[in-house]
Amino acid sequence: MQYFPFVVVVWILCVGLYGVVTSRHLVHQIICLIVVQSSTYVLLLGVGYLTGAVAPYFYDVPVHTPAVDPVVQALALTDVVVEAAVTALLLSFAIQAHKRFGTLDPQELASLKG
Amino acid sequence: MDQLLALAVVVPLLSAAAISAAGPLLSARRRLLDATAIGVAASVAVMLMIIMFRTVGGDQVYWFAGFRPSRGIAIGVDFEVGPLSAGLASLGAVLVTAAMTFSWRYFERVATYFHTLMLIFLAGIVGFCLTGDIFDMFVWFEVMGVAAYALTAYRPEERGPIQGALNFAITNSVGAYLSLSGIGLIYGRTGALNMAQIGEYVDRHPADRLVVVAFLLIISGLLIKSAIVPFHFWLADAHAVAPTPVCVLFSGVMVELGLYGIARVYWSMFGQALGHRAAISHVFLALGVLTAVVGALFCFRERHIKRMLAFSTISHAGIFLTGIALLTPLGLAGTAVYVAGHGLVKAALFLCTGIILHRLGSVNETWLHGRGRPLRVTGVVFTLAGLGLADLPPFATFLGKGFIDTSAAAHGVSWTMAVFIVCGILTGGAVLRVAGGVFYGLGDAPSEDPGMAKAADEEKSETDSGKQRTPLTMIIPPAVLVVMALVMGLLTPFGPAVQAAAIRFEDQAGYNATVLAGAHITHPVAIAAAEGAGITAADVLTGAGSTVGALILAFLALYWRRLPLLRRGYEPGAGLTAPLRRFQSGVVNDYVTWIVLGLACVGGVLAFIVQ
Repeated sequence: MQYFPFVVVVWILCVGLYGVVTSRHLVHQIICLIVVQSSTYVLLLGVGYLTGAVAPYFYDVPVHTPAVDPVVQALALTDVVVEAAVTALLLSFAIQAHKRFGTLDPQELASLKG
Repeated sequence: MDQLLALAVVVPLLSAAAISAAGPLLSARRRLLDATAIGVAASVAVMLMIIMFRTVGGDQVYWFAGFRPSRGIAIGVDFEVGPLSAGLASLGAVLVTAAMTFSWRYFERVATYFHTLMLIFLAGIVGFCLTGDIFDMFVWFEVMGVAAYALTAYRPEERGPIQGALNFAITNSVGAYLSLSGIGLIYGRTGALNMAQIGEYVDRHPADRLVVVAFLLIISGLLIKSAIVPFHFWLADAHAVAPTPVCVLFSGVMVELGLYGIARVYWSMFGQALGHRAAISHVFLALGVLTAVVGALFCFRERHIKRMLAFSTISHAGIFLTGIALLTPLGLAGTAVYVAGHGLVKAALFLCTGIILHRLGSVNETWLHGRGRPLRVTGVVFTLAGLGLADLPPFATFLGKGFIDTSAAAHGVSWTMAVFIVCGILTGGAVLRVAGGVFYGLGDAPSEDPGMAKAADEEKSETDSGKQRTPLTMIIPPAVLVVMALVMGLLTPFGPAVQAAAIRFEDQAGYNATVLAGAHITHPVAIAAAEGAGITAADVLTGAGSTVGALILAFLALYWRRLPLLRRGYEPGAGLTAPLRRFQSGVVNDYVTWIVLGLACVGGVLAFIVQ
């Protein structure tokens, strides 16, 4: 088992969370959220890359062809779709916030509420 | 007729797609649109109830596209359905039906995407409850989440909804990604995504740190969704601003789904492998009790009725977590019954609040004082629902709490009962105070101050207010829901059936055999019969006492200005909650900080226990 990808995962996760916690700009904050999510891609790919393991399905290729686990690729793709939906929605909220209230600062937005 | 299981998600998803596609045609025919959505939601509710009754004798498994397990290895994606999962899903479907019926007259104008999102939300609820695959669970969680974020910001022209939706979406997304990381880790270890398969694998191997970390990560998203302190901050922001019919679903079923997920993950995958039952039980008991108390204190302080109900939901989520944390069949059964009763009663309260908003144009308790007198029927329904929330026998809430109390006493933690009584008195008292003040004009009229009129104006744009009469489509749903909660508590076979279902839910070996070997298990032999399960006279007394306590507290809160001991200007409970209120800042950065801190604490304790 190689540990390097997982060190990278933890690093990306921490950087992303730090960004979400400290950000004063909604667009920046949403991008930091994407960074958090990117850690899951690296994790899934790291999990899928195993030396000497067998891929679960073989179809019309010889059984000992080098391959990576297709399941994690499917998971990563699903993950990308989910991210696209969430990010698009969040950015549309940010646009609304900017249009209607003229601010993209989460703290100002909260204080507006009174 | 296994296909019924699949239809329960396919029907709402396809209808949502069809409504969305036919949007331009349907937007001019509002009533056709409404009727279609109500019809779909009601048919899903019927399907799920049929499934629920059918699974009473044993769980059912449906393998999509017929990919059945081969030699004990799951290769496809399955739905694994027992009475508890089907029951929670049908509660969701009933609430969606009620909310859609309520919206018939509630919104003057409504966009087709409201119906689309509600049906997608319903599909998410159903899929999340029925699935037997951990990655699927994440996907349904996100389907539900995205629909919920969009519904929260249904009125994007106001800052409350936008801010609430942003807080909701960012905190819950962080949780979802942590869950996904946990799923990735457990897949890397076991090579499986099917929950039974994972459970079987981690059972056969010694639990190491990776399993603990994966467990913590997977439940972190669910803890956030179920608004457990300190992950609860988003909930009050989102509930206060979402349209009232949507709040019904948030409080009545979405929070409970998070807890269902925790129970499902624990009992189908990690329960056996983690071991250390007593210690893990205590960690979650502590979280549950903390949540129950914090939620109840905030609830009593609140004057904004929707926020008050939201905090009461947090308090109840704490009670549910406590019930699950007992790790006993009776505790789980009690939680299931309580969730059903609470969901119905809380939905009725939110719908009545919607009627108040529709008729009087405000949800501010102080401003509304005495103005609700013309709303007689609504007042009666609201009061009944408030009594149900205070666990008055024979509401289902009372039955559920009785089970949890019995189980807690049998396991040496009977002090939780005292906590529940206090929380029940505080949350029930707050709701009954609203009922007495708004609908019956009891208590002293509030002194007029300029801030009040402004606060009263907050929710104006949601519905065209100032209507002269309450439409039948708005008052019938809450009334029916309250009656359902009453009837459920009176049905004698209901309690034992739920207990039998809970015993099966906690039987991991049985779950594995059902999914992987196609076994049909009616009653697991390994698990003892439920503890002395009957409701005793003492339980009835506690329930009645708690309700009387709530009534007394409500009267005290209404008439406290006349009490000789209290000086003028004193606000009851202010000293207790003022320091806590500062944490509820509305800034999402703070909320995520709390999530990280909370997870670090829970994770540290779990790692220490399992080591």
